[in-house]
Amino acid sequence: MARTAVPGRLTWRVATLTKVADETPTARTLTFDVPGWPGHLPGQHVDVRLTAEDGYSTQRSYSIAEPADGEHVVLTIQEVADGEVSPYLTRALPVGGQVELRGPVGGWFVWRDAEPAPVLLVAGGSGIVPLAAMLRARAAAGSRVPLRLLYSVRSPAERFYADELRGAATGGVDITYFYTREAPPDDPRGAKRIGLADLNTHAWPADFEPSCFVCGPTGFVETVADTLIALGHDPRRVRTERFGPSG
Amino acid sequence: MTYVDGNVLAGPLAEVFGVDFTAVTGTCASCGFAAALATLRVYSTAPGFVARCPSCEEVVLRLVRTPTEAWVDLRGARSLRVPLT
Amino acid sequence: MAIVTPGFFGKRRGAADRLPPGQYLADDFPVLTAGPTPVVHTEDWEFTLTNEVGERHTWNWRELQALPAETPTVDIHCVTKWSKLDTAWRGVSLDELFADVDTAADYAMVHSYGGYTTNLPLEDLLDGQAWIAYEYDGEELLAQHGGPARLLVPHLYFWKSAKWVRDIELMVTDEPGFWESLGYHDYGDPWLEQRYQGD
Repeated sequence: MARTAVPGRLTWRVATLTKVADETPTARTLTFDVPGWPGHLPGQHVDVRLTAEDGYSTQRSYSIAEPADGEHVVLTIQEVADGEVSPYLTRALPVGGQVELRGPVGGWFVWRDAEPAPVLLVAGGSGIVPLAAMLRARAAAGSRVPLRLLYSVRSPAERFYADELRGAATGGVDITYFYTREAPPDDPRGAKRIGLADLNTHAWPADFEPSCFVCGPTGFVETVADTLIALGHDPRRVRTERFGPSG
Repeated sequence: MTYVDGNVLAGPLAEVFGVDFTAVTGTCASCGFAAALATLRVYSTAPGFVARCPSCEEVVLRLVRTPTEAWVDLRGARSLRVPLT
Repeated sequence: MAIVTPGFFGKRRGAADRLPPGQYLADDFPVLTAGPTPVVHTEDWEFTLTNEVGERHTWNWRELQALPAETPTVDIHCVTKWSKLDTAWRGVSLDELFADVDTAADYAMVHSYGGYTTNLPLEDLLDGQAWIAYEYDGEELLAQHGGPARLLVPHLYFWKSAKWVRDIELMVTDEPGFWESLGYHDYGDPWLEQRYQGD
């Protein structure tokens, strides 16, 4: 599955929304049909551009949620209250509506299914999106590398892909949730921020030499990456993607 | 105000150079720290992108996109090591 | 030509004649920054004017506060297209600070704590057009907005109003600052929409 990550100069393509699915009350998964799409690697992202009738235009970056599948590009977008782009994409854009999209971009925060190392994914909130693409790519490729997903999320209701992840947790895949605001009653850990004890218990040990991918808000990524390095993980194997509020 | 990762430069730099820059290793001209450009600290809530060294916080790379041109300043990078395979 | 996305308007609201071309009205006060926010304590703060032969005039925080203050209410226009109307500031006019400075220079380079720079003609700093501002909206100026003190030159795009201002250096010949050396306009008049070089 060797693909060119960025084939030539980037150009804007017209993307047509073909399907919408709710993930949570404030996040939706949007499937776009993008003629000429060159394919992508799990972890890559796209830039989406919206243009108003008077020519005003603005763009945002979004991670791709699913591995390459022809001319489909799947994004899960968390609505940012008071945002400019995300409320339009999650609420206003109708099926059949068009935006401009370019990509794929990013050749660093990617997982290639030929890599033999075990994989540790640590997601904070909507940082799950590019990591879900990696998890899905592993399944699609029939890869058997051990994969562990640690998913920090505010409450059970705010989990993305909940049913799918329940089904995915077999055959070499472990998934652990860490609730930060509200935990289910049977979760002995309770609700708190992810910390050293969580990572020490649930992450692969450093001498296992996993490829680590950490994605979430800047503060979360900072904490997790620093903790992994303190636990002995080689900084070169800890890849991060921080995102700021992307309204 | 906070920063994001160099990953955010992937689109704008690919638009200019036609190759992915985020996996390129840049060496900071100020402190000599070498790392993938994806790991730079990027301040993007500004008139352009300002990418700073994660070790010493000096500017490594700047990028401004005007409607018709891109301006790139790499003075803060002593070298760029570009994977060719 | 970009395709138009029906029903997308962006977060803009117009305000007719008080907005320069291409600007929209911001609801909030966006924070733009090219680096970490410098922590400058007022007890360590200093502001220096240096003329073209290297003569320095320096004020500490107490000395700045002792100078007559003005309270300009002005519209501000950021090159990233937001504008804010009727912003209320308190600070010292640069006319006051330049009163004893002997110079034949035509240009100024503004330097900030944290390393930012911006250039402008000296005449744009004089005649009631520019202030060292230390209060915004009746409160001390927050660090994220340039506190303890920033330059305020509201008739030019707001990148000229350097946050965390530390010194102004007078120059006989013009030199570009941080954004002016990377594609942004040397002067930056919002009413002429001088955003980029060549505009």
